[in-house]
Amino acid sequence: MAHITREQVQHLAHLARLELTDEETAHYTDQLSAIVEAVERVSEVAADDIPPTSHPVPMTNVFREDVARPGLDRADVQAGAPSWEDDRFRVPRILDED
Amino acid sequence: MSASAIERMKFEDALAAFEPVLGLETHVELGTASKMFCSCSAEFGGDPNTHVCPVCLGLPGSMPVVNASAIESTIRMGLSLNCSIASWCRFARKNYFYPDMPKDYQVSQYDEPLCVEGYLDVVVATDDGPREFRVEIERVHMEEDTGKLTHAGGDTGRIHGADYSLVDYNRAGIPLIEIVTKPIVGAGELAPLVARAYVTELRDLMRALGVSDVRMDQGSLRCDVNVSLAPPGEPWGTRSETKNVNSLRSVERAVRFEIERQAAVLSSGGRVVQETRHFHEDTGETTSGRSKEHAEDYRYFPEPDLVPVAPTADWVEELRGTLPEVPSVRRARLQAQWNISDLDMQTLVNAEALDLVESTIDHGVDQAAARKWWTGEFTRIANEQGIPLTDLPVTAAHIARVEELIADGSLTDKLARQVFEGVIAGEGDVDAVVQARGLVVVGDDSTLLAAIEQALADQPDVAEKIQGGKVQAAGAIVGAVMKATKGQADAAKVRTLLLEHLGVDG
Repeated sequence: MAHITREQVQHLAHLARLELTDEETAHYTDQLSAIVEAVERVSEVAADDIPPTSHPVPMTNVFREDVARPGLDRADVQAGAPSWEDDRFRVPRILDED
Repeated sequence: MSASAIERMKFEDALAAFEPVLGLETHVELGTASKMFCSCSAEFGGDPNTHVCPVCLGLPGSMPVVNASAIESTIRMGLSLNCSIASWCRFARKNYFYPDMPKDYQVSQYDEPLCVEGYLDVVVATDDGPREFRVEIERVHMEEDTGKLTHAGGDTGRIHGADYSLVDYNRAGIPLIEIVTKPIVGAGELAPLVARAYVTELRDLMRALGVSDVRMDQGSLRCDVNVSLAPPGEPWGTRSETKNVNSLRSVERAVRFEIERQAAVLSSGGRVVQETRHFHEDTGETTSGRSKEHAEDYRYFPEPDLVPVAPTADWVEELRGTLPEVPSVRRARLQAQWNISDLDMQTLVNAEALDLVESTIDHGVDQAAARKWWTGEFTRIANEQGIPLTDLPVTAAHIARVEELIADGSLTDKLARQVFEGVIAGEGDVDAVVQARGLVVVGDDSTLLAAIEQALADQPDVAEKIQGGKVQAAGAIVGAVMKATKGQADAAKVRTLLLEHLGVDG
């Protein structure tokens, strides 16, 4: 049984700004459904008294001292940028916002 | 600018027909040394993309670690706002597609904020005297600031018409605390003032805590103003969310404008659109931004790379012990200590001069003189230069030295102003300016008398008038003497000497 609908995949693709063909949409709908079904089997064994797990290790309060250290050299930062101008990352025009 | 096309109803009429409901979301950038989840410098400014590392650039494999100081600051903020501190909470990923965050998500808190359910009491001045309002706080949560976009190409520098954008990630990852109020109801016509008083009080509280420099002009304190209207007794209306509100005065104006605008929409049978609006400092108006008809889909989920934060009761109590005196309590204490009126105190607070005056008095300056300088001359100069009073290069020590020189008769009030003019112009400290500009009272009687005699000889008709009993004519002679001494004489003393010289009673 398909847990994930075609519309959900299209919606997610839009949120991630991915353009999918009809074939791809169908393909991912099947795959994602299979994944959700597999994960859902956990709820068959997890009783109501077992809370959802977000972190596998029961650890809290991992902090770091508030001390500033130098970051990357800008040349290295620039090396990783697809496009760069005036010491800044250059990104395509932003549509459909503000 | 042409006349606005935005319909408005008169404020009084709007309030007669509708009740406003406010909500304020305030962001405070913490003044930590390093960022929220990495060790990059959190200092304001810096050359573009020099305070960045694999974590705040969202490079694969990098792992965030929480800044302990940011957690402490947030807990102290929550405690000072009378909040409960969560004994266990998590960070969450807020997913969105926008280049101000290189990870394509912002680490924030969602349904488990660190601090909840508090309040802040604020006072607004009304015709019937001061009135206190309790603003309830819904939550205080932690997140990270975003990068700064510059829109290039096109001709407006704005996002519309831009060909592309440039991103500086220095600010991305700086600890940002969001403080959200519960709906503020029942303020009626005082709503704009309550909003302003709340942000002011919040700013003073954060400043007293020392967690942020809370500068609205630099963006370390930012406010979103939510306003909705409804006829009395009816369910709340649709709200607008106004951004870009970058000064205390703008908070008040934005609320007022939205009340007037929405009232016009509703009374003409229209409906208020749920949307983001932008406030414009120059016109005092808000304009439509992004429509929020479609709810955002941020797909929040617990941040797997950060473990939960679980402050122990001992830690929280220890932090409670570090809370400073609440600003309202401090104001009451100082007012009593200085023995000044409500009005004088309000003047100091409005001029943002309280800290400066207190520090000046601590330097041994008389309270009246300290208040006079800061709320008079210095406020005028700061306004002229369009900068905050605190940015003037005048210190309490400068004022203390000038007051000493006034007390021993070497400076008049007028000369003192010139000394400060020099200090503010960067000519050096008080003594250096006095020396360089030759600012010393011409106090020696014989010099003054010589100048008086010369002035009388130059204007014999005036001399006759004074001797004939027209004492008010003395001003012309005093003026001439002041001019002859380049303004460096004490005018009152010149007048006394003049009248004595002519044998006339003042």
